[in-house]
Amino acid sequence: MQEFLLAIHRDITSKDASPSPEQMQAAIKPFQDWIGSIAAQNKLVAPPKRWDLGGRVIKKDNVVINGPYAEIKESIGGVFFIRAESYEDAVEIAKGCPVLEWGATVEVRMAMPSPQ
Amino acid sequence: MEEQVLIPHLFRTEYRNIVGVLCYRFGIEHVELAEDIVSDTFLSATELWGVHGIPDNPAGWLYTVAKNKTKNYLKRNSLFEQKIADRVRYETSFSEEIEIDLSHKNITDSQLAVIFTVCNPVISAESQVALALHLLCGFGIQEIADAFLTNKEVVYKRINRAKEKLKSAAIKIEQPTIAEIKERLDNVLTALYLLFSEGYYSVSQNATLRKDLCAEAMRLTYLLVLNDSTNKPAVNALLSLMCFHSSRFEARMNENGEIILYEDQDESLWNRELIEQGAHFLVAASTGNEVSKYHLEAGIAYWHTQKEDTPEKWENILDLYNNLLILEYSPIAALNRTYAVAKSRGKKQAIVEAEKLKLTENHFYFSLLGHLYTGLDNEKALAHFEIALKLATSASDKAMIQKNMVSFFL
Repeated sequence: MQEFLLAIHRDITSKDASPSPEQMQAAIKPFQDWIGSIAAQNKLVAPPKRWDLGGRVIKKDNVVINGPYAEIKESIGGVFFIRAESYEDAVEIAKGCPVLEWGATVEVRMAMPSPQ
Repeated sequence: MEEQVLIPHLFRTEYRNIVGVLCYRFGIEHVELAEDIVSDTFLSATELWGVHGIPDNPAGWLYTVAKNKTKNYLKRNSLFEQKIADRVRYETSFSEEIEIDLSHKNITDSQLAVIFTVCNPVISAESQVALALHLLCGFGIQEIADAFLTNKEVVYKRINRAKEKLKSAAIKIEQPTIAEIKERLDNVLTALYLLFSEGYYSVSQNATLRKDLCAEAMRLTYLLVLNDSTNKPAVNALLSLMCFHSSRFEARMNENGEIILYEDQDESLWNRELIEQGAHFLVAASTGNEVSKYHLEAGIAYWHTQKEDTPEKWENILDLYNNLLILEYSPIAALNRTYAVAKSRGKKQAIVEAEKLKLTENHFYFSLLGHLYTGLDNEKALAHFEIALKLATSASDKAMIQKNMVSFFL
């Protein structure tokens, strides 16, 4: 089993942010079911947390910018860790994310094995 | 009550009370001495009450005799030790009175202190439960062996090893401080939860013994609720869970000791009073921000006290299982969640979820698949029940699976 990071990116800054708060609300139950399903397979390493919409971006020379964005419009909406057999397996799990339907994207990253 | 009935009854309740007080007074290093004194007290009771009749206040009689036996022992012992070790102090040593406080308050304090000592992680969870049954519940070695379906020697060894470990780790028997309660309450609750489960899910056929285990677990948990410093939300949640579960005690087993599935239970046998108490402690548990696994399990157990199947019921149960699994994975919770998916989203979706679990060593997994395929694809259902039957080891589990299989041929 490998450890994977699942980061859900979505636009939370612009006016026509997708998904809308209403859509997010409608996705809560499917989202809970999705996480529950991953946990039922004993593949959840660390559960998602709710993150605020504030955020800070830090750059060289102590430049700190308010706002939950780096350079692009999409910011991290949720981050959690799972374990999966392979990238294929992890991607299969990520495809179940109900927020995808509302325009969010899910980034999957595999943790590098620690050097011996 | 005749002494043949009265003594075993008193033994169960007063043995643990006096042993607890003596352990609290003299420490874990003298636990055998405490047990010897109390056993000796009961031996005197058996001999004397048979001849002279039962005293007016049998518990008080036991307390007085136990106190005297303790004092005599200490005098003799100090005399012996002083003579050999220190002749100088001989004359002054035992003149001061040793007080053994057997008041209700001190008995309760002692029990609490002993709970925190016994449920110490230096000994295994299994040993904690065995030792708790022995020291805190007054269970004999034979009874514990019956509950664990093992023999006396195994239990005897387990208990003695546990005592030795506590002694060598110099675990003190004292009132836990606020910091210790914070640190160790989880561990205590785990042991009490195990003690309850041992009774509730035990493979032992002895229904009285099983009920006693559950009642003892509830008594000790209630002791924590009564004490201000341990009356925490998680403790109330655990007690609520125990109340809800035990409300179905009479309904979940037939006269042959076979388990009756929830769906087939006679609702009129559910104990309403326990359900109400469960609700009371669940309300008491709902303070603060902490949501323990006991809160979630008590919530699930609460919904199970509502016999009628409503979409609301199964949505809530599914939600609670989702959260329980996020908090802590267990195969049984994963299987139960899948059952909740079947109830709230239909069998087809539940099959998709079930096949992701891959619990291929677990006979409950195949029973669940058999259940989900029943009516959709009976051939597959039967095939799954057959695997379940091969994997199951206990007679009652096998019988249950066979019952399911037989229904296909009726």
